[in-house]
Amino acid sequence: MAGLLPNPTRRAVLKGAATASLGLVVGFSWGGLSREAKSTAEARPFLANAFVRIAPDDTVTVISKHTEMGQGVYTGVATILADELDADWSRVRIETAPVDLKLYINSALRMQGTGGSLSMTASWDQLRKAGATARAMLVAAAAADWGVPANEVTVAAGVVHHARSGKTARFGALAAIAAALPVPTDVALKDPKDFALIGQPHLARLDSTDKTDGTAKFTIDVTLPGMLTALVAHAPRFGATVKSFDDSAAKAVPGVVGVVQLPTGVAVVARGFWAAKKGRDALKVTWDDGKAETRGSPEMMAAYRAAAAQPGLSAKRIGDSDSAIARAAKHLSANFEFPYLAHAPMEPLDCVVRLTKTDCEIWSGTQMQSGDQKHVAALTGLDPEYVRINTLYAGGGFGRRGPFDSDYTMEAASIARAMGADGTPIKLIWTREDDIRGGKYRPMYYHAVEAGLDADGGLIAWRHRVVGQSIMKGTPFDSGTAIDGSSIDGLTDLPYAIPNLTVELHTTESAITVNPMRSVGLTHTTFAIETFIDELAHAAGKDPYAFRRALLAKQPTWLAVLDLAAEKAEWSRKAPKGSGRGIAISKFISTIVAQVADVTVGADGKITVDRVVCAVDCGIAINPDIVRAQMEGGVGFGLGAAMHGAITLKNGMVEQSNFHDYHVLRLVGMPKVEVHILPSSEPPKGVGEPGVPPIGPAVANAVFAATGKRIRTLPLMSSTSA
Amino acid sequence: MVKFTLNGATLSVDDDPEMPLLWAIRETAGLTGTKFGCGIGECGACTVHIDGAPTRSCQMPVELAAGKAVVTIEGLSGRAAKAVQAAWRQLDVVQCGYCQSGQIMSAVALLSHTPEPSDRDIDTAMNGNLCRCATYNRIRAAIHTAAKMMEG
Ligand code: FES
Ligand code: FES
Repeated sequence: MAGLLPNPTRRAVLKGAATASLGLVVGFSWGGLSREAKSTAEARPFLANAFVRIAPDDTVTVISKHTEMGQGVYTGVATILADELDADWSRVRIETAPVDLKLYINSALRMQGTGGSLSMTASWDQLRKAGATARAMLVAAAAADWGVPANEVTVAAGVVHHARSGKTARFGALAAIAAALPVPTDVALKDPKDFALIGQPHLARLDSTDKTDGTAKFTIDVTLPGMLTALVAHAPRFGATVKSFDDSAAKAVPGVVGVVQLPTGVAVVARGFWAAKKGRDALKVTWDDGKAETRGSPEMMAAYRAAAAQPGLSAKRIGDSDSAIARAAKHLSANFEFPYLAHAPMEPLDCVVRLTKTDCEIWSGTQMQSGDQKHVAALTGLDPEYVRINTLYAGGGFGRRGPFDSDYTMEAASIARAMGADGTPIKLIWTREDDIRGGKYRPMYYHAVEAGLDADGGLIAWRHRVVGQSIMKGTPFDSGTAIDGSSIDGLTDLPYAIPNLTVELHTTESAITVNPMRSVGLTHTTFAIETFIDELAHAAGKDPYAFRRALLAKQPTWLAVLDLAAEKAEWSRKAPKGSGRGIAISKFISTIVAQVADVTVGADGKITVDRVVCAVDCGIAINPDIVRAQMEGGVGFGLGAAMHGAITLKNGMVEQSNFHDYHVLRLVGMPKVEVHILPSSEPPKGVGEPGVPPIGPAVANAVFAATGKRIRTLPLMSSTSA
Repeated sequence: MVKFTLNGATLSVDDDPEMPLLWAIRETAGLTGTKFGCGIGECGACTVHIDGAPTRSCQMPVELAAGKAVVTIEGLSGRAAKAVQAAWRQLDVVQCGYCQSGQIMSAVALLSHTPEPSDRDIDTAMNGNLCRCATYNRIRAAIHTAAKMMEG
C-alpha cells in the first residue's frame, strides 16, 4: 500500500529520521539532543518535525504540509528549501506531510491546512531555515570526513566541494555522516542575490510529468483491497432531513451491498460506482422539509433589497457620509445583485475512509487536515492521533476542498461507521449533480451603494451596504462579533482617499450552506467597488484610470501596480470601434493585482473578452512562471463566474445540476492574458486567489466603455443577452 | 460478457452492459488516468480513443465497445502523443491536472489527423474539454508547440 501513495505515513517519516542508512532528515526540534536520543528516535514524535530527507542515492525529498490543488505549491515549497540547501533540482522530490498539528501547523491559518493564498508567506522562513540547516550539516559532515575547515567547504547543485584539497562529494555520500551530527540552531540564510532557484524564469513544475501521463493519483483513483463505493441521496432542499426511505429496489440492484441512513441523507454502498449509482437511482426517500429553506432566489433577493433600504450594522465609519452625500454637488447610487456560485472543482468531491474500532485512515485531497482529523475523531470517538490522513492531489479546490465542518469527509466516515467500522475501505463519490446542488456556495449578495462628488468632481463620500449570509460564522475564523469581515472584505480598508466612508452589513440567515470561494469576499465586493468607482469617474468627467490615480496618491504600492497594468495595456490608446477597455484593481490579503480588459460587444449583446493585461505585486516571485499561471487561471476562473456563473433556487430547490446548465469558462471564452510581475525584494505573497477579483469589474467597465451600458446584476451574460 | 482491446490487451467485462465504458476502464481494468468529471458528456475528462476517434467514455455503454480498440492515456503511443506530452511539459500546462488526461487525449486525436491545426481547429477540437483551472491558453500554445515538434 505504501507504494500506492505519494505520501508517507507518519511512521515512515519517523523511520526516515531514525535510520542513518536512509539518509539525513532535518527538522527543528532536535537542538541539544544526544546522538543516542536520535538513534532511538523512532518512538519520539518530536523528531518528526521534518521537512527534508536526503537519501544515499542523492534524492532530496521535501515534505510539504501544503496541499497541491493546482496552485503549484509543491514546486514552491521544494524550490524554497532546495535553494537554501543548494540542491540539484533534478533530484528533488516532494512528499506530503502526515497530519500533525504540532509539527505542520500553518502559522497563518492556525491549523494544518492550505488556504488564503498564504502558503508561501507562512512557510518562507521555515523552509529556508530547514534547507539551510540541512546544508550546514552536509558541510559539517564533509569537513569532518575530509579533515578540512567547514568555512572552506562550498555547495552547489547537490555537490559539496573543498577547493584546496580538491575533494568532492554528492549529497547522498554525506547523508549518513550528516545524520549523526548535532543540528545547528542558528544557521545563516542566503542573501537573496545568491538565490539559484528562486526567481528562475522557468523552473519546471514537479507535477508536470505525472499529470501528463495518467499516473498522478487523486482521491478518486485510490484503490484498496475490498474497497466499496458509496453515493449518497441528499435532500433536494437545504435543511431537510430524512423522514423515511424505501430501499427494497435499491438493494435489488446487483452489486449493492448496503443502504444506510446518515445525518445528511441515505447512502448506497456498492461494489463500484455504477452499481452505487443505479442503487441510488432506485432509492425512494421521503424528506421532512420542516426546517428547510423553501424560498427561491427571487424572493430571497427581494428580502435582501428590502433590508438594504434600512441601515445595517456599522462596520466602518469615517466622517459623516450621510450629510456629505446630502450636500454633494453630484449624487450617485447603484445596486448590485450577486447570485450563489458553486466552486465546481473538476474532480468531484470524494473521500476514502478505512475505519476500524481502533483507528481510522483517510485518503483525501483535503485543504483542511487538522479540521478533518478533529471532526472524524469526534464522530468516531477515536483519539485524533489514531485518525491518519493521506493527502493526495486535489483535482481543484477553490475553497470547496476545505469546508470548515469537513462535510464530505464526515459523510464518508459516517458511512464507514454505519457499515460496521469493520475496516472495509469506503470510497465516497459525489456526482457532479451532488456537487452543483450540494451547497457550500459563495453566498448570494445584494449591495446598495451611494456616493457624492463635489463641484470639482472630487469624491467626498461613500456609503456601502452589503446584505448576505455569513461565511465565517461558527467557524474557526468567526471573529466573535456580529460583523463577518469576509462579507465586507475590501470595503473597510478601501485604498481610495475618501473623507467620509460608511460601511454597513446586514447578515441574513438561510439553511443554504455557504463556504469561502477563491478570493472569498472580494468575489463580490471588488465588483461593486471597482465598477462604481468607474461610474463616479465618468460622472466627474474624468478618465477612470486618472480618477483612480488621484484617489491612490498616498498608496504607492497600489499606484505602482495600477500604473504597470495601464502602461502595458497602452491605456492611453483608444480601443478600436465596437470595443471597450476597462480597468480594475484589488488587494487580496497582501497581493495587489490590477487588470485591464479589452472587450467587444456584438449586436446581440454577446461579450467577447479579447485581451487581459494583468499586473501583480506578489513580493519575491518564487517561480515567475507559476505566478503567471495563477494569474491566467485566476482570470479564467473569475471571468467564467462573472460571465456565466449562477446557482439559482426555485421553491428552495437548485435549478442547475451539471455543466450543461451551470456554465463555466470554456476554451473559446478564454482571452489572451499578459502577466507583468513587479520586481520586488519583499518576502513572497500569495498568488492563488488575487488574480480572480479584478477581472469581473474590468470586463464590466469595458462593456460600459463599448456600449454605455452598466451591468450591475451578475452574471454579465444574462443581463445583456439571452 | 463484453470483450474489447484496451491499450492493446483484451479486456473482458462481465457487468451491466449499460455501465459506461469509463467505469470498466477505471474499476474493472484499474486504469485510473481516465477521469470522471460530469457523467453527461459535458466536460471531456473521460476522453479516450476508440478506433482512433476521441470519445467520451462516460457516454458509451460498455456493450458498444465490444470488438473495438480502446486507448487511454496510459496506452498512448506514437509521434503525436510524444509531441503533445513533451509540449505539455515544456510549457507546464498543468495546474490541478485533473482534466489533463482528457485534454491530452483530445489534443493527440486532433494532431493525428490535423498535424498543423489552426486556432479554429483547436477551438473545435478542444472546446468540449473543460478546465476549471483555466489552463486554456497554455493548452492552445502547447498544441501549436507539439505541431512544430512533429514537423521537426
Ligand atoms: S465525465 Fe465524460 S464528459 Fe464529463
Ligand atoms: S488543470 Fe485543473 S481542471 Fe484543468
